[in-house]
Amino acid sequence: MTQDPISLYRSMLEIRECETQLNALFAQNKFPGYIHSYLGQEACAVGICADLNERDYVVSNHRGRGHYLAKGMALKPMVAEMLGKETGICGGRGGEMHAADPELGILGGNGIVGAGMPIAAGAALSAQMDGEGAVAAVFFGEGASNNGSFGETLNIAAAWKLPLVMVCENNLYAEMTPFADTVAQPDVAARAAGYGMESEVVDGNDVLAVRAAAGRAYARARAGEGPTLLELKTYRWGGHFEGDPRKYRSKEEEAEWKALCPVARYRAHLLDEVGVEGAQLEALETKIAAEVAEAVEFALNSPLPEPRSALSKVFAGSGAAPDC
Amino acid sequence: MPSKTFCWAIIDAMHEEMARDEKVFLIGEDVAAAGGAFGASRGLLDAFGPTRVRDTPISEEIIVGMGVGAAMTGRRPIVEIMFIDFLGLCLDQIANQAAKTHYIYNGLFKMPLVIRTSTAVEMGIGPHHSQAWESLVAHIPGLKVVMPSTPRDAKGLLKSAIRDDNPVVFIEHIAMHRNKEEIEDDSDLLIPIGKADIKRSGTDVTVVASGLMVARALAAAEVLAKDGVSVEVLDPRTISPLDFDTIAESVSRTNRCLVVSSSHKNFGFGSEVAAEIGERCFFDLDQPVRRLSPPFTPAPFGRQFDEFLNPDTDDIVAALRDLMA
Repeated sequence: MTQDPISLYRSMLEIRECETQLNALFAQNKFPGYIHSYLGQEACAVGICADLNERDYVVSNHRGRGHYLAKGMALKPMVAEMLGKETGICGGRGGEMHAADPELGILGGNGIVGAGMPIAAGAALSAQMDGEGAVAAVFFGEGASNNGSFGETLNIAAAWKLPLVMVCENNLYAEMTPFADTVAQPDVAARAAGYGMESEVVDGNDVLAVRAAAGRAYARARAGEGPTLLELKTYRWGGHFEGDPRKYRSKEEEAEWKALCPVARYRAHLLDEVGVEGAQLEALETKIAAEVAEAVEFALNSPLPEPRSALSKVFAGSGAAPDC
Repeated sequence: MPSKTFCWAIIDAMHEEMARDEKVFLIGEDVAAAGGAFGASRGLLDAFGPTRVRDTPISEEIIVGMGVGAAMTGRRPIVEIMFIDFLGLCLDQIANQAAKTHYIYNGLFKMPLVIRTSTAVEMGIGPHHSQAWESLVAHIPGLKVVMPSTPRDAKGLLKSAIRDDNPVVFIEHIAMHRNKEEIEDDSDLLIPIGKADIKRSGTDVTVVASGLMVARALAAAEVLAKDGVSVEVLDPRTISPLDFDTIAESVSRTNRCLVVSSSHKNFGFGSEVAAEIGERCFFDLDQPVRRLSPPFTPAPFGRQFDEFLNPDTDDIVAALRDLMA
């Protein structure tokens, strides 16, 4: 969705600003429910979605705002959805873990860790049947790689050569447990070989490296050569959810990873290697911050859906729930 | 009219719908080369090729999950879970994904997914191949649960399920596979989901029977007829959404009701029917609603246990005589 160097930065900034401002909202008790912050993982979503188009599918998970924005979801309806407002992209009934836009190929988030992978395989099967070169990418954490759905998806995707890219964002923590404590082999990508699937380990804080690896995976998928498992090594700056006291890791470790900030790193690349003027980036940063603030304001000022609307759309093609 | 077995009615329904709509496809364990574990997809691979009729690994979660993803992206998948006992392996995809996707995303996606599964209640195959789980799935909002008891109903309901834009769990009883019935040659034979069928009209007592119990209720009605008791036999055909209107209309005429099913009483189909009748028809009832169901135990291996545990025609006759006393 994002082609040129500045657009990549714009997309990462949009995610960074959105997460920062929503966390602030949460701290003021103005955010309902949980927030699963995407701070620190911006390069993953942006690098993966950079070369996808509207016909390609993305399946997200519970930590999905980065994925939604990188695939092109508009800020206002996305943020309003997170706050459960009627103006949200799903009318506010999806909330923080569920947003979707079929027009953009965004097939939703999920409240169930690991559930998105089989769904993405189904979207990839549709794409394979259509034969028009579309691909499906699914985001999941390293924690989800210990779910049965992971193995089932790897196997069938490889056996059927599905145009599927499995994107493991390895942020080191499976909810509130260090991933390394739960596995003998901490490299998720290593599991691909056992299923006959291609894989790559990528620096998930380097947007250009992620984009390049994704490009190789899409080329294979579009050529009918089958799926790829990409393991993006990254770090979740926040807890599993905002308010998680993070007793399972040290402040030193957090500081080390924050020093590897993917947004700052790409900014430096733009300044030092692409030759972009600092003033241009500062102007962009101001603009994005204002756009996000406007979206947050829009969401805060939007009404909640009517409670009675809970009775509608249980089934397609009929109005109310059958009991009503 | 040609006479068809239950099994061929299922095959014909899929064959006709796949011929009608290229978006329809079938995946599952042993559905293609083997023609189905119980022969219920014979000939489909030859007719429609390996892209639309495809054997999967023994991976129930991905079978249903791929159906969900394909349905969200414009296909109309039929996925087969060999035995209903295996639904535990894919319940997340059924209950949290298939059933809720249209709802969660406020109608942005449709979910035209048919989950075909078989029950082998009373076939002596042991505790993991003999369960009546229709009540379990019927408890999930957003799912339709269909359980036909005759070949014609099976064909017409399966065709309706394939054309439905909502997820349908379609339960086939293997013991009925060889049952025969005349079915008109009509490629648009559609029996509406959510509509009960009065299999025998009567005036003295209503038996609401599902699945295997329909034939037994009809046999019991014959016996009672000799006593001069007129029994109405009502087959809901769809477990959810249940056609309470037809049930209540019948009970308000007969003033007595017996519910017979293979589903346990505890939190089950019979309890749901009884409670609803209690709410709708309390002042029409001459007797409390009775339920006949297997006791709340698993089913051990062996037919002798099945015969002991499950209601048979004699049990239904006895319960009806009790109700009429």
